[in-house]
Amino acid sequence: MEWETVIGLEVHVQLATQTKIFSGSSTAFGAEPNTQANAVDLAMPGTLPVLNEQALKNAIMFGLAINADINKKSVFDRKNYFYPDLPKGYQTTQMDEPIVGAGTVEIQLKNGSHKTIRIHHAHLEEDAGKSLHEGVLSGMGHGSSGIDLNRAGTPLIEIVSEPDIRSAEEAVEFAKKLHSIVTSLGISDGEMSQGSMRFDVNVSVRLKGEEEFGTRTETKNLNSFKFMEEAIELEVERQIDILEDGGEIIQETRLYNGDTKTARSMRSKEEANDYRYFPCPDLLPVVIDDSYIEELGNNLPELPDARQARFVESYGLSEYDAGILGGEATTASFFETVTEQCGDAKLAANWVMGELSAKLNNEEIGINHCPINAEQLGGLISRIKDNTISGKIAKTVFEAMWNGEGTADEIIEAKDLKQVSDTGALETMVDEVIANNTEQVENYRNADEGKRKKMLGFFVGQIMKASKGQANPGMINQILLKKLND
Amino acid sequence: MHDKTLAELSQGLADKAFSSVELTEHFLKRINDLDGNYNSFITITEEQAVAQAKAADEQLAKGNTQALTGVPIAHKDIFCTEGVKTSCGSKMLDNFVPPYNATVIEKFNAAGAISLGKTNMDEFAMGSSNETSFYGSVKNPWNTSCVPGGSSGGSAAAVAARLAPAATGTDTGGSIRQPAALCGITGLKPTYGRVSRYGMIAFASSLDQGGPMTQTAEDAALLLNVMAGFDAKDSTSSDTAVADYIATLNDDLSGLTIGLPKEYFGEGLDPAIEASVQAAIKEYEQLGASVKEISLPNTDLAVPCYYVIAPSEASANLSRFDGVRYGYRCEDPKDLHDLYTRTREEGFGEEVKRRILVGTYALSAGFYDAYYKKAQQIRRLIKNDFVEAFKEVDVIMGPTVPNTAFGIGEKSNDPVAMYLEDIYTISTNLAGLPGMSIPAGFANGKPAGLQLTGNYFAEAKLLNIAHRFQQATDWHKQLPATIADQVEG
Repeated sequence: MEWETVIGLEVHVQLATQTKIFSGSSTAFGAEPNTQANAVDLAMPGTLPVLNEQALKNAIMFGLAINADINKKSVFDRKNYFYPDLPKGYQTTQMDEPIVGAGTVEIQLKNGSHKTIRIHHAHLEEDAGKSLHEGVLSGMGHGSSGIDLNRAGTPLIEIVSEPDIRSAEEAVEFAKKLHSIVTSLGISDGEMSQGSMRFDVNVSVRLKGEEEFGTRTETKNLNSFKFMEEAIELEVERQIDILEDGGEIIQETRLYNGDTKTARSMRSKEEANDYRYFPCPDLLPVVIDDSYIEELGNNLPELPDARQARFVESYGLSEYDAGILGGEATTASFFETVTEQCGDAKLAANWVMGELSAKLNNEEIGINHCPINAEQLGGLISRIKDNTISGKIAKTVFEAMWNGEGTADEIIEAKDLKQVSDTGALETMVDEVIANNTEQVENYRNADEGKRKKMLGFFVGQIMKASKGQANPGMINQILLKKLND
Repeated sequence: MHDKTLAELSQGLADKAFSSVELTEHFLKRINDLDGNYNSFITITEEQAVAQAKAADEQLAKGNTQALTGVPIAHKDIFCTEGVKTSCGSKMLDNFVPPYNATVIEKFNAAGAISLGKTNMDEFAMGSSNETSFYGSVKNPWNTSCVPGGSSGGSAAAVAARLAPAATGTDTGGSIRQPAALCGITGLKPTYGRVSRYGMIAFASSLDQGGPMTQTAEDAALLLNVMAGFDAKDSTSSDTAVADYIATLNDDLSGLTIGLPKEYFGEGLDPAIEASVQAAIKEYEQLGASVKEISLPNTDLAVPCYYVIAPSEASANLSRFDGVRYGYRCEDPKDLHDLYTRTREEGFGEEVKRRILVGTYALSAGFYDAYYKKAQQIRRLIKNDFVEAFKEVDVIMGPTVPNTAFGIGEKSNDPVAMYLEDIYTISTNLAGLPGMSIPAGFANGKPAGLQLTGNYFAEAKLLNIAHRFQQATDWHKQLPATIADQVEG
């Protein structure tokens, strides 16, 4: 039997506003518990919400970026349930009349093909606080739990896709594309490790060719692309196993544990809450006009697809490289600054995607926290371009820059790494190597053209070794050829 | 001093007839001596009041006076007061001391008013008799075996017994106007959005509105001048310009068209109240007004509509009282579920629980369309009735309540009979219109109220209409016999 996977995603994106969606508290991450929660966030009696207009603008910008309908009237609703990290006993969200209507997102798969994922809608809502259990904070006694309301009221957009996704790979590409859209728009910091983007995945399977959807499950609160991919693969396998054994899928909410790579049922459909949604009477419907939307549309930052096309067009990059460098706003801007500084897009692309990206991955840090800034990297590449140093020496300089030893020029100077391009000095070196390796010189001279090319490498290597890598490789080649062929 | 209106007391302070400290101490003494008879206060802020009065006297001496400098008033215990217990009449908030002031309180502080304390009320403003208060029933100064009405019963009784010259109240379905009628005082519920709801503990957010409860329309104008206005902290507050409510009090009423809804004079109305209302209408005709019968055809739907919408909103508004962050928490909760259920079971009274259950039911999946959504549709019909009526008339008049003050305990086991006491007041809240109740004589020896309903933001007009009546009559000057005996020579 051949099975087809059907996936729909609900993606929560924290918006990068200075203050919360309905209060003036800061949204900065990492503060001491409950230091960024005011009377409104604590749901003190009599307090009232006031919509942060920046959150609204951010949501509209997202809608425009995915060519969605922007609803000129949207309504906040109350979603009622009790939980200690939900101070009001309801979450303020949007149900029937969200700010962003239907839109589309284009994704590119590894095999180069493109696919359109439809967005059902995107709505604004507030985040909940966090429950901290025993041991998280000092002073928390045995069996006790604490509540940190710093996150309560952080603005979110929840992006709901249609069930257009057919594999974990597509899901990841879709999620990455959303990440690159929201970071390019500057409406989210996209810091996955801080929970800025979280995924709920709805998964079902059906026999290939079947029209009807199978029964789906929802796996909630996945906070990395990797966990999402793993959770989907695990769930697809589980569902196929059940169905092939003649069983039935139960509609339920599931939780995935990224550490143990296992998932478990959280609650079935029967146990689901009745959230008793109704329009929030403390907030008036949000009514906007065309000019409001138009103004935001006119000032929209460059989007990933447009940037990718521009990188191909103006820098001569391959579509693949342009996709990698142009996808994320921070990477794109880093690359463009490097290019501007060194004047060579190809070299800049190689360094950003090669050495830099490897080092960042290795150290598990994002490009926005890179210890070498784009100007500095551009400075290093300039020294390769003007033959001050070789590409090989450049890697040594890069390491030193990473460790904070200064700019490329300072390091080259301090470590005396300048490439030797002086003809006289290089000729002396070549002469010495020829004199010390008479046998190899003899063999070289007796060899045919094809073999000579290979043998040349030996002499180059000897000279580079003697010069501690600082000899100009191009010039050595020329001099060697001339002297050996004489 | 307590026989004087707020306007007269303010003038007395300006004329140095007495100091703010003397005035404040006079009322504090009255509260301490007499409130045992009425139970109209939950908290008396004696020290704070005297300190405020001293500061006011300094300002008065310098001539730096604001609208209400040095005048003492009382606040319904629904308005959050920084550093002073704000209970909302509930065990749930018996230990709650807010770290902030309601916007209304801020405005009174800025205007120089003195706060005598916090008045008793039905628990979370849910009630029409003040019998649901955790702090016990309030007694009507006209007859202490009767209720003062509710939910702002403490404020109404305090003003009627002259324990405070004036007070604040809130009105969700009649909670200012009904107790004003039952206690023979003047009460104004402004247009929805005219007075900020920030820091005013929510019962039903789309209906709640704060307003003044006073001896006269002139005093109500003085208070509303301070209370009204846009508040950036309340998204539902209106930025419509605030009138000077004093300026137009004496405007001539000739040419005024009064609408009398035939639905307000039907079955269930005490004939003695009807007679008082008809006499008041005659008085208005003397003042140059003409009368027109109108129809508000959806009047009979108002009570059922209200008792879906208000409890629905309340069911969510009261979810925050969960024992986690402030307020009452049950002893030794076994687990989270136990914490929630016992805290709410023990912390809320019967009427509050009844309304939470009704609201939860009305919003439930499968019932939402039949109840909440239907009620919203009816609400629009009721509003449209008024919009149509105000095309023909300037003000709508009728009885505030169908009956005079009833006995304590008389209706407490019959919630539906209790709910029907609000039959004439509830539509105004559903439509968001301003409404007033003013004393219009007596029925069976107890005060009868005349209700005036105005068009949106027509508070100045309503106050003008009420003031002219009070210039021509003296119903508002009548005092319960026990109080009249206390008036000094």
